[in-house]
Amino acid sequence: MKRFLAFVKKEIQHIFRDTRTMLILFGIPIAQILIFGYVVKNDVKDVQIAVYDQSKDEYTRQLTNKLTSSGYFNLNRELKSMKNIDRIFKEGEVKLVVVYENNFSKKLHGENNAAVQLIADASDPNRANLITNYSAAIIRDFVKEEFNIDQLPFQINSEVRMLYNQNLASVFMFVPGTMALILMLVSAMMTSISIAREKELGTMENLLVSPLRPTQIVIGKVTPYVLLSIINAITILILGVFVFGLPIRGSLTLLMLESVLFITLSLSLGIFISTMSPNQQVAMFISLFALMLPTLLLSGFIFPIENMPRVLQWISVIMPPKYFIVILKNIMLKGTGLAFVWKETLILGAMTTVFIILSVKKFKLRLE
Amino acid sequence: MKAVEIHNIYKSYKEVKALSGINLQVKKGELFGLIGPDGAGKTSLIRILATLLYPDEGQASIFGWDTIDEFREIRKIAGYMPGRFSLYQDLSVEENLNFYASIFGTTIKENYHLIKDIYQQIEPFKKRLAGRLSGGMKQKLALSCALIHKPDILFLDEPTTGVDAVSRKEFWEILKSLEQVGITIIVSTPYMDEAELCDRVALMQQGRLLDVDTPANIIGKYDHDLYAVESKTLHRLIKDLRTFDKTTSAFPFGDTVHLATNETFRRQELDKFLSGKGHENITIKPIEPGIEDCFMNLMRRQNDQ
Repeated sequence: MKRFLAFVKKEIQHIFRDTRTMLILFGIPIAQILIFGYVVKNDVKDVQIAVYDQSKDEYTRQLTNKLTSSGYFNLNRELKSMKNIDRIFKEGEVKLVVVYENNFSKKLHGENNAAVQLIADASDPNRANLITNYSAAIIRDFVKEEFNIDQLPFQINSEVRMLYNQNLASVFMFVPGTMALILMLVSAMMTSISIAREKELGTMENLLVSPLRPTQIVIGKVTPYVLLSIINAITILILGVFVFGLPIRGSLTLLMLESVLFITLSLSLGIFISTMSPNQQVAMFISLFALMLPTLLLSGFIFPIENMPRVLQWISVIMPPKYFIVILKNIMLKGTGLAFVWKETLILGAMTTVFIILSVKKFKLRLE
Repeated sequence: MKAVEIHNIYKSYKEVKALSGINLQVKKGELFGLIGPDGAGKTSLIRILATLLYPDEGQASIFGWDTIDEFREIRKIAGYMPGRFSLYQDLSVEENLNFYASIFGTTIKENYHLIKDIYQQIEPFKKRLAGRLSGGMKQKLALSCALIHKPDILFLDEPTTGVDAVSRKEFWEILKSLEQVGITIIVSTPYMDEAELCDRVALMQQGRLLDVDTPANIIGKYDHDLYAVESKTLHRLIKDLRTFDKTTSAFPFGDTVHLATNETFRRQELDKFLSGKGHENITIKPIEPGIEDCFMNLMRRQNDQ
């Protein structure tokens, strides 16, 4: 036990003396969560629009006002003809052009029918979709208020309610995803690098000829990172709750326990990677490319797994973060308990066991 | 019981044969030297003894413990100092020593007497990070770390390579004093002059042992007349000496050429031969052979076979 503690102490000294390690451990998680939270957003806010108003009457002005006062859209410029539309889209600032037809009010009163054309820049299709949906909804609203169309017979109003994330805030999606990504990267990468470093610098030779057992070396390596990763998890949660208003509807204890499970899994994965890497470069490379990209792309963090091709869906089954993200969303947003996430928990537990067994088996007691 | 017993060990890395049929015994308490140039197989042999490598064939034992099956016992009683400096550069001198003491389940205090002479020299710098020490001090720290658990046997892989002459001398004095305490020491070195400081040496070349004996016996077996020859143009001198009909071998040795001959000859004869080839300032002195001369001689013989 004394030997083990001495080993842990040495590890902690390594971590705190290396500014690079400290930066990766604490700088990157905070930066990443803030970047994902603030910058990477799917929300519609302050979108620049242009208006080509051919009738310039009471209604078109009111409608334009309603669009721009919604907070979603800003009037960038008024157009004089259709010709310029292509050009302003190419400039890139304006994402939506609203075109009112001639004699808008007259037609509306006379024929009960007037046309508005919405032209969106669909070089970013998801966004174009969002923008047109928002603007169409505002126009519908306007018509309803002005003319009380409710009088029409047999009208069905569908009222949509988005449960668990009423405002469809993308932060709610990104925080759990980022948390999985960061814990995965930090834990797996840092442990794999720190074991690979002992090999690279030759200090592993000294450890091997000592009476330390492989399990002592491995667990001694991992312990400090478990503690640091837990601190990271807590930091991310605090940022999520207080900066982005993320709710934690379920049990905080369960949430922390699940996080510890996921951290253990990432660490055992890190050790496994290190047993395959002769030096720090290889360990870093494997961690980044084998963990970061799949975590980003295949875990359902950014792209829904249901929409992926079959083959990728199968691959996503072995992505640990996939399960962790499901667990996080369930506990934080839906407030469910273990009864609803036991399957995912079990899978994570099984993966952890497999990686630990593999790493202890693969840990070499000799050089080569 | 012998401290080290090696039976017919072979080891190769892919195509390269590192060790081909090594047989060797080291007595308890001996200061034993593995002498040979780079690539002779010294590091491989030491790593096999330190339980860090498997031999391809053959077996070795340390105090009766087999290096393969009973490696855990050996790891308790052996101290090992790798050829490359491999302590934690980001830990201080004291922290390194403390760490190695505690993973062997001991403390600096307990075995301080053993490392006192060495450690005292680096103790003024004990707060300094190991990475910032000079070459000689690094080796002293590494030796202290290898000694701190009071090993019965010590494996040192080229401990004096890259160390200045003064530190080298000090280092060997330390080894001598450790021998007094009863620790068996296996040390490898490419420096032939260090061979004479060992009790017994094994001369190694291309994975084979050329000879195993005390330095004095090895020198005693030398069977040529040896001369140190000098002239103004060293490089051409070697070439010309090799064409002299009484020459067995001629090797550069610092600023001189060591000339080994089989028959006796009069010095004027060689002087005349060299002057005829246009050499100036010629000096020819008979000398006593050193280990390096013996090594060259044995090596040449093996190559002739």
